[in-house]
Amino acid sequence: MQQAIALPASRSGRRNSRLGDPIFAGLARGSGILVLLLLGSLILSLFIGGLPAFRRFGFNFLFSTEWDPVHQVFGAAVSVYGTLITSVLALVFAVPLAFGIAFYLTELAPSWLRRPVGTAIELLAAIPSIIYGMWGFFVIVPIMSQYIEPTLINLFDGIPVLQDLFAGPPFGTGIFTAAMILAVMVLPFIAATMRDVFNTVPPVFKESAYGVGCTTWEVMRSIVLPYTRVSVVGGIMLGLGRALGETMAVTFVIGNADRISPNLFSSSNTIASIVALEFPESPTGSLKLASLLALGFILFVISFIVLAISRMLLRPKLKA
Amino acid sequence: MRPAITAAAIGLAAGLVAAQQAQADIQITGAGSTFAAPIYAKWGDASSSTTGIKLNYQAIGSGAGINQINNRTVDFGASDMPVAADQLTAHKLMQFPTVIGGVDIIVNIPGVKPNQLKLTGPVLADIYLGTITKWNDKQIVALNPGLKLPSLAIAPVHRADGSGTTFVFTDYLGMQSPEWKTKVGSSTSVAWPVGAGAKGSDGVAGTVHQIKGGIGYDESAYAEQNHLTTALLKNKAGKFVAPTMAAFEASAGNADWSKVQNFAIDLNNEPGATSWPIESATFVLLPIDPKDANQSAAVKKFFDWGFTHGSAIAKRLLYIPLPASVHNAIRAAWKKDVPGTM
Repeated sequence: MQQAIALPASRSGRRNSRLGDPIFAGLARGSGILVLLLLGSLILSLFIGGLPAFRRFGFNFLFSTEWDPVHQVFGAAVSVYGTLITSVLALVFAVPLAFGIAFYLTELAPSWLRRPVGTAIELLAAIPSIIYGMWGFFVIVPIMSQYIEPTLINLFDGIPVLQDLFAGPPFGTGIFTAAMILAVMVLPFIAATMRDVFNTVPPVFKESAYGVGCTTWEVMRSIVLPYTRVSVVGGIMLGLGRALGETMAVTFVIGNADRISPNLFSSSNTIASIVALEFPESPTGSLKLASLLALGFILFVISFIVLAISRMLLRPKLKA
Repeated sequence: MRPAITAAAIGLAAGLVAAQQAQADIQITGAGSTFAAPIYAKWGDASSSTTGIKLNYQAIGSGAGINQINNRTVDFGASDMPVAADQLTAHKLMQFPTVIGGVDIIVNIPGVKPNQLKLTGPVLADIYLGTITKWNDKQIVALNPGLKLPSLAIAPVHRADGSGTTFVFTDYLGMQSPEWKTKVGSSTSVAWPVGAGAKGSDGVAGTVHQIKGGIGYDESAYAEQNHLTTALLKNKAGKFVAPTMAAFEASAGNADWSKVQNFAIDLNNEPGATSWPIESATFVLLPIDPKDANQSAAVKKFFDWGFTHGSAIAKRLLYIPLPASVHNAIRAAWKKDVPGTM
């Protein structure tokens, strides 16, 4: 009885493995091709959708600061400027803070504290971006407009360059606030990456440095950072990528204004925020919709450039 | 075990039967204006037991609502901005108003109480153009002799997102200032020369509330419910009026509906000593070639209920119901343009 059952089982088992491998290989290959197809179709649909705007405004679309739905004149300069400056400023705020957190978690914190703080950082990353937007608008903006912005405006009043950077009515919304909230949002990614790679440094390197008489900071600067440079840059690029595309958090606090101004407290627009704010009021087939799609395409190009730069930065290191 | 299973089976059967009963109601879908969303929702709740019609309304914004009805993905569209006549013919739609709402001017000036500050249309336009920059500018001081205005910078706030309220406000400014009309124009979204944007009506109210010297515009229902500091405006008759229900009703009552096509009336700057100058109707778009005559009939029945029984609800939510003559004109237009019974 058992033998009668065993023989067919082993025969079908061999048949399964002959079918199973090609099927699995096909599925894997299909998934890879699907990713390429999806990406390609996304780029193509953005480009084709934005073509009326490119055709109408030409190359000037990239440099025009006008966004006039009434007179149907649109330009990308303000949105691109807003996107770049909020993302760069967010990194300026976030990277030192993230480095500090990673340094603290790997070197200075007592071991009972490392787990809770590490979990807290990861929870920050899990908060949905619209919650950040609401928190930013209802909590941070009043503080900025009533305490921080007036103080900074009065402090730098009269100093030539800084006076232009921090000026104007203290609305509370604007580039500075948006960059601060973005910094809080990208902090977990950079901090978690840094902490994880700092932990991968072989202890023997650090111990030999300590043995020679290095201080904690010198070990960090001369041993840990050079060893982990590749991944640290990778983490920063990850944060930058998130900051470039962040929509809801920025939309609440950026104050939709189509002007480029050196004033960090001024309102502006990012590509993501202008699409979020103007898309519902764009009739299908209109020039405004085409301009928004063209902006989407430009954001895609910016992200691609950022990715290419980061790969270029890392290439010699990766090879080594 | 057995009794429990029987009880569960009976319960399930009862539930299915109840669901079947509920499905006997007709469901109508609509999309568009966020301004009108509260009143349509309340009408939907109040009328479903008598009319058997369930309303599913998506407050996605006037422009998106127009897109949806053009694509016939919903039964009716709702827009604060009236659609142009050629667009109506091109997309085979008819348009009718449902309720009227006012737009208030809100300010935040230390020492100024609600309904104390007096403004005129041209001064308001200059503020939003950036030509008047301080609260103690001589034009504002001349309008407010008894009021002590500080030397504070004016911080104009506008809607960051596209909005029907922006359309009403910019249309009024265009009427009051030729410079505004040529330089900026009016639409649901414009190129504001100065000031900051805030998302949503609550965003404008919040931002004006936080920043000293702020000025903004908001739907009257919103301003009333949040006890914001409103300003007086000079109307066409030359009198300064406060944004009260009486002023809104006076303005609506003075409107001449007979001269407009497609009910596309502009209620800004209406004559009358007690009229409030910034007001607008909100419109519904209905296909004149409906795929499903029953759905079309259900939409008409729903709004008919709103016209006959929903006025008290509208007033409670601080909307102004249309005059009875307009209701009758709308019913006549339904009979004429949209096939199928009510």
